Amino acid sequence: MSGMLVMQIAQTVLAVAVAPLLTGMVRKVKARLQYRTGPSVFQPYRDLSRLFTKETVVAHNASWLFCAAPTFVFAATWVAAAQVPTISFDVALSPAAELIALFGILTSARFALALAGLDIGTSFGGIGSSREVMIASIAEPAILMLIFVLALVAGSTRLTDIAFFVASPSVGLRISLLLAFVGLAMIAIAESGRIPVDNPATHLELTMVHEAMVLEYSGRHLALIELAAALKLLFYVSLISAVFVPWGIAPSGGTFVQYIIAMTLYLFKLAVAAATLAFFEISIAKMRVFRVPHFIGAALMLVLLAALLRLVSQSF
Amino acid sequence: MLVAVTLFGVALLLATACFAALAGARPWASAAVYGICALMSAIGLVCAGFGIGAPPSVISLPLGLPTIGMHFRIDALAAVFLAVVDLGGLVASLFAIGYGRRERDPQKVLPFYPAFLAGMNLVVIADDAFAFLLSWEFMSLMSWALVVSHGRIHENLRAGLVYILMASLGTLLLLPAFALLAGSAGQFAFSAMRAHGPNSTVALAVLSLALIGAGSKAGIFPLHAWLPLAHPAAPSHVSALMSGIMTKVAVYVFIRIAFDLVGPVDWRFGMAVIAVGGITALLGVLYALMQHDLKRLLAYHTVENIGIIFVGLGLALVFRADGMLAAAALAASAALFHVFNHSLFKSLLFFAAGAVQNATNTRDMDKLGGLIRVMPKTAIAFLIGAAAISALPPLNGFASEWMVFQAIFLSSNLPQWGLRLLTPSCGAVLALSAALAAACFVKAFGATFLGRPRSDEAKTAKETDKTSILAMYILVAICVFAGIAPFVFIALLAPAVNLLTAGAMQVHPLIPWQPLVPVAGSHNSYSGLVILVCLIAAIAATALFVHLFANRITRRSDIWDCGHPEDNPLTQYTAASLAQPIRRVFASVLFHARETVDMPAPGDTRAAHFCVTMRDPAWDKFYVPPAKLVGYLADRINPLQYLTIRRYLGIVFLTLVLLLMVLAIWE
Repeated sequence: MSGMLVMQIAQTVLAVAVAPLLTGMVRKVKARLQYRTGPSVFQPYRDLSRLFTKETVVAHNASWLFCAAPTFVFAATWVAAAQVPTISFDVALSPAAELIALFGILTSARFALALAGLDIGTSFGGIGSSREVMIASIAEPAILMLIFVLALVAGSTRLTDIAFFVASPSVGLRISLLLAFVGLAMIAIAESGRIPVDNPATHLELTMVHEAMVLEYSGRHLALIELAAALKLLFYVSLISAVFVPWGIAPSGGTFVQYIIAMTLYLFKLAVAAATLAFFEISIAKMRVFRVPHFIGAALMLVLLAALLRLVSQSF
Repeated sequence: MLVAVTLFGVALLLATACFAALAGARPWASAAVYGICALMSAIGLVCAGFGIGAPPSVISLPLGLPTIGMHFRIDALAAVFLAVVDLGGLVASLFAIGYGRRERDPQKVLPFYPAFLAGMNLVVIADDAFAFLLSWEFMSLMSWALVVSHGRIHENLRAGLVYILMASLGTLLLLPAFALLAGSAGQFAFSAMRAHGPNSTVALAVLSLALIGAGSKAGIFPLHAWLPLAHPAAPSHVSALMSGIMTKVAVYVFIRIAFDLVGPVDWRFGMAVIAVGGITALLGVLYALMQHDLKRLLAYHTVENIGIIFVGLGLALVFRADGMLAAAALAASAALFHVFNHSLFKSLLFFAAGAVQNATNTRDMDKLGGLIRVMPKTAIAFLIGAAAISALPPLNGFASEWMVFQAIFLSSNLPQWGLRLLTPSCGAVLALSAALAAACFVKAFGATFLGRPRSDEAKTAKETDKTSILAMYILVAICVFAGIAPFVFIALLAPAVNLLTAGAMQVHPLIPWQPLVPVAGSHNSYSGLVILVCLIAAIAATALFVHLFANRITRRSDIWDCGHPEDNPLTQYTAASLAQPIRRVFASVLFHARETVDMPAPGDTRAAHFCVTMRDPAWDKFYVPPAKLVGYLADRINPLQYLTIRRYLGIVFLTLVLLLMVLAIWE
């Protein structure tokens, strides 16, 4: 039990520790692909520490909700990210890491942030919030169908069970899993606000979503929100790696060496994911906001197809 | 014994109604009537609590039709719904003690309110068709009287007309349903109906009549049309009762007939119920998104939640028909738990909306805004209710929707192909409607409580009174408790679920922190408590970090808005503009939403106009054609009014001859 608890705490701390690194890696690879030097991969840490040491400016009419939202959004995203098995299957919260609930927690975080965007009463906040909830509501059926496919394949919606099942040698290559992988990757891009759905690097663009919502934030509030955004990206990358490439995650009662291997492999997977994401982002243009339903609709169709194939035959 | 006490409570409620009619508009009448109602509801709640685990309690009274009498009975299912009705009645009465003080015409509300409560209690405990239909009609009539209590507003009269028509339609359909169940022997007692199950054709007819008849009261699509008109028209505590509780009484009627009285049900009917539920859920929330009247938005959300409940019931029916009793028990528990949860948060939201209406004299969200600063307690109550209805963990709405989703996941083991394909798509539809509900409540809370006030009324609003706040916070507490300890309620529902699914559910010892598990042996588990503890721990850790390491200076300044702050609060996003992206995606096809922009030419100084038009497919497809037909026929028959006396005599003579001929052929 104590071992499980230690692993849970390790995983929780690891999540928040490497989240800015992942963002930094994506930016670095992107810069290199554009023939720029780009800032160091540790730049997001410096940005965060700068934001944390600056004073926080809040509008006169901001309510308690505006000031409380960053803490809640960060905490909820953190809880979700910490429950994805990254280095060990044997963690204390694995019974709670049930996929519907995990996505539910993220929905709670988004709900709070969308409300915070409306608190000051500016047009930018409204535009961001209204688009954010639109994208989220279209993504939700795709997410549920994805969970359904995974539940069909692995017989459980608990994340550790799914990862453990996929890691077992009996699984082999499955078309339904492949389709689900593509679907999840598309959902991840839409939900974590990456190109082509949203552009985290711009301000004052008519198509922006997340950045418009958090425009009024500054100082420590902004730091928490930036960290939450990084954690959300980490959540999706960890989720994809846990569900589709769970190899290397230490089994229950693992040795110290196994944990070290798991950790190294995890960082390697993050680096690969960052490189892939960066490559994808530089090779595609930002979409108009009303094209986003088509993009997410494609993801939904893919996971629906996966579910259908899986219902037709167990071997798909 | 229990049923006798409950009936005594009902009798006292009816006496209170008479007393209120006599008391009229006297200043003390309101508090007295609502106080007595609260007390009687508390007694009913206690009876329901005792009734949940107890064997059925029966009584028959020598009232009504001479040879039949009236039978009343409280079994586990009735007890569950009695608890829902009386808990709702209790908090609504508490809320009304404060809220009712500002009522303009108390004499038009007070006599009907206790009678309405009594009617709902009677429907739930009725045990024969006569007692049931009488109570059902009584409940409809009393709620109608409450809908038209503010009859000086033209809109409310129209709402009353639509409502009374739809209520009559519902009863008109339930009447033959019971006639078919009673059979040619005319056995009106439910126990007799249970003993002689009808054959499969009759059963299908009864089930369809029950689905439409009870569904018209519950608000399934397309029979929901009266709901968003009538619920907002009533005073807010009555809206809460009608939307949160009376729709559940209709659900009870459906459950009583479909699960109890008709015997085995074909899986095809269950499939139809699932499909109807899915459509209702999605359309309900899309309608809600298009509203800018706060109470109407809430009424449409009732339609959505009724859809979710019917999906759960349909799943329970198909699982039961296919012998998967454990899965049936899960689906039935999910539906009943959602019935309970929805009655809580819907009442809560209507109370908060009522408090807002009283404070600002408007329900139009485009005239509100910024109320979180002047009505902080109401705002927090509404926020919790909004989070619960949007199915956000760790609150209760999520727990019951989680169970529905888990039941949907079990459907892949069903033998019928149609169901295996339909249920996952229904799951996707429910996920979409849950996410749209969250979007809708971002809009409702954001437009009403956040931002800058859009009118003077919103700016100068005052927090509502203490009893109203007490009633809201009782509901907040139960919502949170049911979210973090859902197992307590699942265990309480177990006897009723066993009644519906032939004893499929084991009653576990009651451990509040036990996580929810869909079926025995499943690894999927959900614990709201663990999530809440994790969230609190993470928030505490974050706060500690910020306290120790971050710069804690906060400076208040002007709005930033990228350097272009706009002083006029009317430039904020309104309820309509918040829904605009979703309107473009969904409503342009479904509701024929069209946006017309009238932009003056450069140099022209007249104002620009932007107009959104929408059509309601339910009205266009299901209500307007019959209404047109009736109008056409009326026009045809109209000339008969202006005939001469000779022609009238001729018509009478011809009719007589015709009837005699019919009689002759018949003999």
